[in-house]
Amino acid sequence: MTAAAETYYEKRGLIGTLGRDGLLQIILVANTFIMLAPIVIMVFSAFKTNMEIFQSPFSLPDFTNVANFVKIWTQTNFLRYLANSFIVTGASMVCILTLGTMAAYAIARYQFFGASFILMFFLAGLTLPLKLAIIPLFMLMRDLGILNNQLSLIAVYTAMGLPTTVFIMTGFIRTLPSELEDAARMDGASEARIMWSIMLPLVRPAMVIAGIQNVVPIWNDFFFPLVFIQNDSLKTLPQGLTTFMGEYTTDWGVLFSGLTLSAAPIILIYIMLSRQFINGMTSGAVK
Amino acid sequence: MARLSLRGIKKRFKTTDVLHGIDLEIGDREFVVFVGPSGCGKSTLLRLIAGLDPITEGTFTLNGKSMNDVPPSRRGIAMVFQSYALYPHMDVYENMAFGARLMGLTKAEIEARIDEAARMLRLEPYLKRKPRELSGGQRQRVAIARALVRKPEVFLLDEPLSNLDAALRSDVRLEIARLHRQIGGTMIYVTHDQVEAMTLADKIVVMNQGRIEQVGSPRELYETPANTFVATFIGSPRMALIDVTREGARVGVAGGGSQTLDRMPADANGAFKIGVRPDGLALARGNGGDGFAASVVYTEYLGDNAFVYARLADGTQVGIRTAPGEFYEPDEAVTVTIAPSAAHFFSAADGRRLAA
Repeated sequence: MTAAAETYYEKRGLIGTLGRDGLLQIILVANTFIMLAPIVIMVFSAFKTNMEIFQSPFSLPDFTNVANFVKIWTQTNFLRYLANSFIVTGASMVCILTLGTMAAYAIARYQFFGASFILMFFLAGLTLPLKLAIIPLFMLMRDLGILNNQLSLIAVYTAMGLPTTVFIMTGFIRTLPSELEDAARMDGASEARIMWSIMLPLVRPAMVIAGIQNVVPIWNDFFFPLVFIQNDSLKTLPQGLTTFMGEYTTDWGVLFSGLTLSAAPIILIYIMLSRQFINGMTSGAVK
Repeated sequence: MARLSLRGIKKRFKTTDVLHGIDLEIGDREFVVFVGPSGCGKSTLLRLIAGLDPITEGTFTLNGKSMNDVPPSRRGIAMVFQSYALYPHMDVYENMAFGARLMGLTKAEIEARIDEAARMLRLEPYLKRKPRELSGGQRQRVAIARALVRKPEVFLLDEPLSNLDAALRSDVRLEIARLHRQIGGTMIYVTHDQVEAMTLADKIVVMNQGRIEQVGSPRELYETPANTFVATFIGSPRMALIDVTREGARVGVAGGGSQTLDRMPADANGAFKIGVRPDGLALARGNGGDGFAASVVYTEYLGDNAFVYARLADGTQVGIRTAPGEFYEPDEAVTVTIAPSAAHFFSAADGRRLAA
């Protein structure tokens, strides 16, 4: 390591190296600020009244002032929306990960006619923005009788999430040694048992990546609930929060506290899984 | 009791024929080694016996019962894989218990078997470790122990030593030999290393390009190779093959001298090949006299003896064992003679052994 570093400095010169690395640091720090600023302002504003938000948008709020949170918790439908978001996102993720992993395992491991066609079919889904198909989808959901029903959202989200999941999982499963499955077969394990006891624990890092990749857009999605859901008691969070935006007046403090609360679960999930996420991203990089 | 019988086994992957009709009988408690160069089909044959790949044609019976359509776990066969294939997320104990649980054994029985296997392979201190916390040799022992726990009638080992370093390799080789004596099951072992084959096997099956070249004890293969492939594959340094023409009692190399050889087989007439191991060749300085003229290419000094490689007049390179003290300069002119008792005779046309 030291030897490599020495030659590295010799080649570029100390000033050149520091200059380059320093610039990199500055860009990264600036990037962090740009990324975090909206979140920080959102959290700050959640503790402010409308007046304070407009008078001093960047000032530190009084964190003991939780009136906005109390209001959103007690006087709005926020909890209903939160529950709906959990139901829709949770069900979609279960469908995506179960179906995606099973499909990827079959594509990666079993040799059958049309396997590569099916993979291409899934990958084609990556290139197609589902939002373009909103009108046929709307008609489909109407004919199926699941408009104004969370099933419509779950179906669309599952379809949206499968291509990336199948793509990530197929690539990952192909890197696992097939001798493991042979060994399990010799041990007398059924195909289902091999999948459950041997493959599933090994593909967990890839599942975390696929999960995070999908959970954020689904949790944040505004478009499909807006089109498919009219009933207030079925609305998801992003859609529900817009009801706080009035035609003439908007209680920004309450809106921001709602946003803060709705972002919290995802941030928590991300922090909890980040170690696995990073492990998964770099797995295979170093033997 | 485990008698395996393979009759007319063929294997085709899509349009490629990998095995072209294998006939083989393996007896109870035998240690059989499949040996051959890479791509000769030896691992494929092992996978067919294991049941991991379907047999395209032919029948495989174990104790008289056809195994063609029996799933791997019901064949009473266990396999040790080249990469060990230990389950990385399970500790050593769980690795061994996985198969035993699927066999539906009682908890006490599983414990007893794991204890026994762990003791046999000295794995007791590592039962709670994950495979990644073990060294290569320990992983290898776990893989063997995992196979042992299932108490199979037949053990299959697919190049089990190829991932170990040289020193460890001979240790584990001894271990496997000891294990075979101790448990007495039938073992089928695949390797491309002829030293492993010679040291371990009761019976060696030499394979090449999807066919069996010869089956026999290490001694039979070494002393009476059936053809030039087996002759050059078994033994190190490899046997030299010299193209000769016979005139009466003399054999000669094109443009490079001749010598008398008694006891030549009757059908060794005209042009044929003589195979000689480094032991069976003698070297003299200078050209002339009985023997083949040659020039030294290089000398391999090994301490207790040395091998001189020399090129005959027709370009054939031969290895000759000499005393370590003798030193030959590169390009030095020498004369090579064949010890009559050490000569093997092969047909020039198809490489078959010519009977004495």
